[in-house]
Amino acid sequence: MLRARPLATFKPLVSRTYATAASPHALVYLEHRGGVIEPGSLSALTAAEKLGGQVTGLVVGSPEEVQQVLPKAQKLKGLTNLLHASSPSYEPPLPETVSPLLEKVLQGSSFTHVVSAHSASAKSLLPRVAAKLDVPAVSDITSVEHDRSTDSTTFTRPIYAGNAIATVRASSDIAPKFFTVRSTAFSAAPTDGAEVEAKSIDPVEISGARSEHIKTELTKSDRPELGAASRVVSGGRALKDAKTFNETLEPLADVLGAAIGASRAAVDAGYADNSLQVGQTGKVVAPELYIAVGISGAIQHLAGMKDSKLIVAINKDPDAPIFQVADAGLVADLFEAVPELVKKLKDQQ
Amino acid sequence: MRPTAARLLNILVPVKRRVRLTIDYAVKIRVNPDQKGVDLNVKHSMNPFDEIAVEEAVRLREKLKDEVKSIKVVTIGPAKAAETLRTGLAMGADSAIHVETPESSPPPEPLGVAKALRALIERQKDGVDLVILGKQAIDDDAGQTGQMLAGLLDWPQATFASKLVVDPTKKEANITQEIDGGLQEVKCKLPLIVTTDLRLNEPRYASLPNIMKAKKKPIEKLSPSDLGIDLTPRLETIKITEPPKRQGGGKVESVDELIAKLKEAGVVGR
Repeated sequence: MLRARPLATFKPLVSRTYATAASPHALVYLEHRGGVIEPGSLSALTAAEKLGGQVTGLVVGSPEEVQQVLPKAQKLKGLTNLLHASSPSYEPPLPETVSPLLEKVLQGSSFTHVVSAHSASAKSLLPRVAAKLDVPAVSDITSVEHDRSTDSTTFTRPIYAGNAIATVRASSDIAPKFFTVRSTAFSAAPTDGAEVEAKSIDPVEISGARSEHIKTELTKSDRPELGAASRVVSGGRALKDAKTFNETLEPLADVLGAAIGASRAAVDAGYADNSLQVGQTGKVVAPELYIAVGISGAIQHLAGMKDSKLIVAINKDPDAPIFQVADAGLVADLFEAVPELVKKLKDQQ
Repeated sequence: MRPTAARLLNILVPVKRRVRLTIDYAVKIRVNPDQKGVDLNVKHSMNPFDEIAVEEAVRLREKLKDEVKSIKVVTIGPAKAAETLRTGLAMGADSAIHVETPESSPPPEPLGVAKALRALIERQKDGVDLVILGKQAIDDDAGQTGQMLAGLLDWPQATFASKLVVDPTKKEANITQEIDGGLQEVKCKLPLIVTTDLRLNEPRYASLPNIMKAKKKPIEKLSPSDLGIDLTPRLETIKITEPPKRQGGGKVESVDELIAKLKEAGVVGR
């Protein structure tokens, strides 16, 4: 659909010539919220560029949203093309309404890869579309390499809560190759420095929709977004209750300009909202600094933070597993150590 | 009052037998030296998200009583996977289907599993109104099967559910989903695919009498060829390796030393 018809007609002939194996062309699903492209999509764009071919962005949303986001998407460095589709039914983008659009865009197209962030929304959408096109998908990749001569792509991805790394290859018979990208493994693509032309495509309206959006409730916070923050202060069950959790961690997060995270135990006990959960089944973070306060360090938690640059642990129990990964571990009562740390950090500013 | 034409709910719950990840860091997964896989000679149990799925199905029956006609648990895997089905039956499922694969065959991919489930659903004489799956298996961490099944069947899907309210008369369900940054509520028509998040419920322990009763519940055995499906993976696993080791274990004696470390790393006091 993006290429001129004559070329598509001759495609089988072209692909037989080794020297001119089809060059990769990725479609990146660009997510946005509040008129801003999601950081995870910027990392997905970087991963798509690593394939070494063209990269087309796709922006989907309501007409107002698309109008707002498009100028920003056009400036994204790394994009060679930009497609957009708008319809009131794309706000928010439910998988049932967006997948027919993606199918139409991909059907008979030259796209070799379909890429997105490993976000909740894209995780819901991409496998659905992949199944419709009868291809497997690769989740949460941490590296990607494309071999043009064999038209195969090799990925690495963590399995068993990050306790093993699988290297998998999608060969030429898998077309297009779907994958979602672990955002902490790829830097964000620059948001300016380019000016790519935007091309509108018609939305695909489905009749008799069997899913309907009722409402969305976002947790409001003035702090940096957990997934993208360069510093994270995280609390566990030892924080006692929601009030103590906030009263202990907020001053420390404030003085460091950090986002607040939580272990599953703290979330389950109701100390923190579940959107703050760090771990295998929550968010995966890899900030410059991760401070684990009163967190023992179950492997499910470590899966979500062990790629942090500097890990600090404050825990009463000297045998807590968190100390096995911490760069600086302080065995102390957090109710004394954290206020002292806050005070001394403040004095230095 | 005329009898309602609406069919009673039939619920299908796919479950997976998986290596139990213990919270004890010392007994973590070990990668085999041949880099072909991990050491599976360890304790197995039902995938935790699948336990939540079974629990939710059983709770639906407790709430909707006779309006839930059947709860079937399904697994695809080697002979030993039958244990997982017994667990599901002991929790309250009525019957089970075991699609048995040879011990030596590689674990099927989500797309293969989704196709097998589609074939199973099409075989059910009474139909299926609701499929509840875990949001991900904690071994491959793919998190794709539910969405793929919904795509293949062209059914609505509600992923990462933390609340599920089913209205059997209207044949619809309201689902609260965990999304990045908060919650989202959707309303979907049945038949529907739901994938469970951790917060959907707290799975029960099967009591001894229920475990005994579960032994008498029927398990239908099928093979992939009975379903006309091929579970051969299409992605090639080249190797499985250990993740890079972290040089941890550095302890400090005081808050001052901690601050010195932070300074040394350049994260404070720049």
